[in-house]
Amino acid sequence: MRLAIALTVRRPGFTLEIDETLELAGITAVMGASGSGKSTLLRALAGLDTPQRARITLDGALLADSAAGVNLPPHRRGIGYVFQDARLFTHRRVLGNLLFALQRARPANGGRSPPAFDEVVVALDLAPLLDRRPAGLSGGERQRVAIARALLANPRLLLLDEPLSALDLKRKAELLPYIRALPGRFGIPLIYVSHAVEEVAQLADEVLILAAGRVTARGEAHAVLERPEAEAVSGHFEAGALLRVSVLRHIPDYALTELDLAGQRLTLPHIDAAPGTPVRLRVRARDVAIALENIEGTSIRNQLAARVLTIDAEPAGAYAEALLELAGAPTQRLRARITRESVERLRLRPGQPVCALIKAVSFDRRELGERHG
Amino acid sequence: MGLDLGPVWLTLRLAAVAVVLLLLVGTPLAWWLAHTRSRAKPLIEAITALPLVLPPTVLGFYLLVLFAPGAPLGAAWLGLTGETLTFSFSGLVLASMLYSLPFVVQPLQGAFEAVGRGPLEAAAVLGARPLDAFFTVASPLAARGYLTAAVLGFAHTLGEFGVVLMVGGNIPGRTRVISIAIYEQVETLNFAAAHVLSAGLLAFSFAVLVLVYSLNRRFPVHAA
Repeated sequence: MRLAIALTVRRPGFTLEIDETLELAGITAVMGASGSGKSTLLRALAGLDTPQRARITLDGALLADSAAGVNLPPHRRGIGYVFQDARLFTHRRVLGNLLFALQRARPANGGRSPPAFDEVVVALDLAPLLDRRPAGLSGGERQRVAIARALLANPRLLLLDEPLSALDLKRKAELLPYIRALPGRFGIPLIYVSHAVEEVAQLADEVLILAAGRVTARGEAHAVLERPEAEAVSGHFEAGALLRVSVLRHIPDYALTELDLAGQRLTLPHIDAAPGTPVRLRVRARDVAIALENIEGTSIRNQLAARVLTIDAEPAGAYAEALLELAGAPTQRLRARITRESVERLRLRPGQPVCALIKAVSFDRRELGERHG
Repeated sequence: MGLDLGPVWLTLRLAAVAVVLLLLVGTPLAWWLAHTRSRAKPLIEAITALPLVLPPTVLGFYLLVLFAPGAPLGAAWLGLTGETLTFSFSGLVLASMLYSLPFVVQPLQGAFEAVGRGPLEAAAVLGARPLDAFFTVASPLAARGYLTAAVLGFAHTLGEFGVVLMVGGNIPGRTRVISIAIYEQVETLNFAAAHVLSAGLLAFSFAVLVLVYSLNRRFPVHAA
């Protein structure tokens, strides 16, 4: 699905200026700090706001063209929207909310027929909630209802505006698999807006980074998330890299799972995935240490052969960051946040073979994501 | 002493008709006030609130001038219906609508503002047209505002005196409402009848307000 966007939104002290053509498939994440224009972009796409300049086409269909005076209202755009605060209708029960969408479902939207009611209910586990009132639902349950409601209206494209931002970590982890499964299960592309790099790392196929109202980077998720523009969003503390690995075997006695990374082995707490399943692993720079050679007699299990690509030291600060390329997999990279003093003590320099040390416990299960597509 | 219940029925009929019409007229006005970004908003709000501060006799005086068969409005009405607006039930309805306008518009406006744009946007992206969203989302969410508006408008019209006296006079069966009847009984020193009517009005108003406040407790505002 091709989405061509050309728009300008001017507000006091802020300008959003975007000219991009996106090939939507799977999940496209729009990542940016708060105030970068993510929600503004999404609202303009849905027709909720009218930008000063806009030309938006979806698979050739004109949604807005300010020069020609065309501006389809939201109810005629055929685009679904899941709001940050769910916005369930509080005067209706969950079932009533779903029926509201079902009764207004577009019969054929860009060739798509509406999804079966029962399938949506099953996909989002809503059967036990149908008779409940929205006020009594948890944040995660509300978002599941909101997603189901959006799907039932049969949109061509589903926009999600930070749907997890109001949830705690546990609820986020519960909701992520539901979102990840949507494109495959319902054949619908998603645009997912977030400022949280962990969410984007798990969900996105493509990533677009926004800063101060402009696109600063875009491309495949693993490539974009390693770039400095991504770090500008997440901050140093959360900076890291994405590894593409696959499940090798489980070690049930110790509740561990062994993973394969281009012939090297990684061990981490049990993952619920069958051997052979490809998995994404986000490793934060602050969880990676560097040794000149393999170390025996340590509790650190994961020691990966790698080579230093670059070292970036803070001129007067305590820290430095090393970008490492893993042996046997030149496109797989790790970032290590170490002290500047260590760089000098170990005489680290580009090209040098090293050993990257990663504590097994530092792989948080929440940061696991299956790859799709 | 035979108590004349005529003024009671007339008053109830007047209040009911005026409130129903006011809800119809007041809804679009309140909706506009709740959602507009127009610069004219404070002006329209002030006009809407005028009956709150004006002495009813002032309002009644201007209405009497407007309703006179020689004035454009009065003449047009006479031409259309064959009836004058002054000293008639229709005139009283129109006057009551103006008199009770803020009591209907302000609760509705407050309710629409409380509902906000959020639920309407949610309805729109699900494919609901604006009118559809108004009837199926905004109105049910503003139900309490409607209840308050209806009750306040009704109760306020029941107690109307000055405007009626100016515009309607005291014609039995047409314009003699409860408050006028009470006034007349007192004038003729018939305190017993005045007591019955006054106590009835007091009890009725109290009962209505108790009903509203208990309904408000039973149906708390739906928090998002």
